[in-house]
Amino acid sequence: MSKVVDGQTVVDTLYKTLPDFEFLNQDSARVTAETFDNSIYVADFFFTSCPSICPIMHRNMLRAYEKFKNHPEVKFLSHSIDTKYDTPSVLKDYAVKLGAEGPQWQFVTGSREDIYGIAPEYMVFAEKNDKVAGGYEHQGWFILVDKNKHIRGAYDGTNTDEVEKMMKDMDILLREYEN
Amino acid sequence: MKTKAITVAFACFSLWVSILSCQNSGQIEQAQYFINGKLAYELHCQNCHGAKGEGLKLLIPPLTDTAFIKANLGNIAGYIKYGISGEMWINGQLYNGEMPAETHLTPIEITYIINYIGNSFGNDIGFYSLEQVENDLNAYTAR
Repeated sequence: MSKVVDGQTVVDTLYKTLPDFEFLNQDSARVTAETFDNSIYVADFFFTSCPSICPIMHRNMLRAYEKFKNHPEVKFLSHSIDTKYDTPSVLKDYAVKLGAEGPQWQFVTGSREDIYGIAPEYMVFAEKNDKVAGGYEHQGWFILVDKNKHIRGAYDGTNTDEVEKMMKDMDILLREYEN
Repeated sequence: MKTKAITVAFACFSLWVSILSCQNSGQIEQAQYFINGKLAYELHCQNCHGAKGEGLKLLIPPLTDTAFIKANLGNIAGYIKYGISGEMWINGQLYNGEMPAETHLTPIEITYIINYIGNSFGNDIGFYSLEQVENDLNAYTAR
């Protein structure tokens, strides 16, 4: 957006602010935007029975998770887009087998409307499509969100180089809050 | 006498050359299967099993269990084509997921993939022929 400063028109970046949300996590506990207060986090969209890009995405996400493990200001949020099959217990089983125990990495489910409603807020495309393998079509973006619920970056979660860049950007973002 | 010796030497030499070229054509065929297998693997298997056959934690088994591959060699073609589910011990870990069927794969594509997996990630099964794969698929009963 542009604004006038000292008589000059300057362009300023306006970050997108995420709306509030409410989902259930792998422990059947309520997860809202508040859960991520005072944290930066990475969000993505997946489903547990996904035969295409999800395993690569989570192989890559796992590297970021392991790098920032137990960091009090870093969280991860994976939304399941298979709202029918991926119940909290299915998500729990998936999380444990992936090696993501504890609340730092939230795996959430919700109503169809809520999940498919939040995806475009993160600027990620997700839709049911019987024509593709697994039955759901979605993009593999990792969305980096800052403590003000602003989207600060989008990275191709299937590309290890981009995920490497994301981890560096996470370091930079964390440094912004150090003082 | 001298002519005879030359003839024998020549015969030996041509025998040696023909054996060598036979070996080479076999090796070339194996290398072709391996390269085609790598491409097919990247297309159909790598998303889940990884570029190094490392799998994904306890969700997706690795392809590095050489003893398992050897012991189940005759079933691998069936696993690839028809998928597999249920409990499986790999590298001493229990897996209980589901591998989707890839029924669109042809026997030759499956042969390529077996030659690639079977001779990568620490596995060393040598050459696996199309005939063997066709026999394996005919004998296979999905589990």
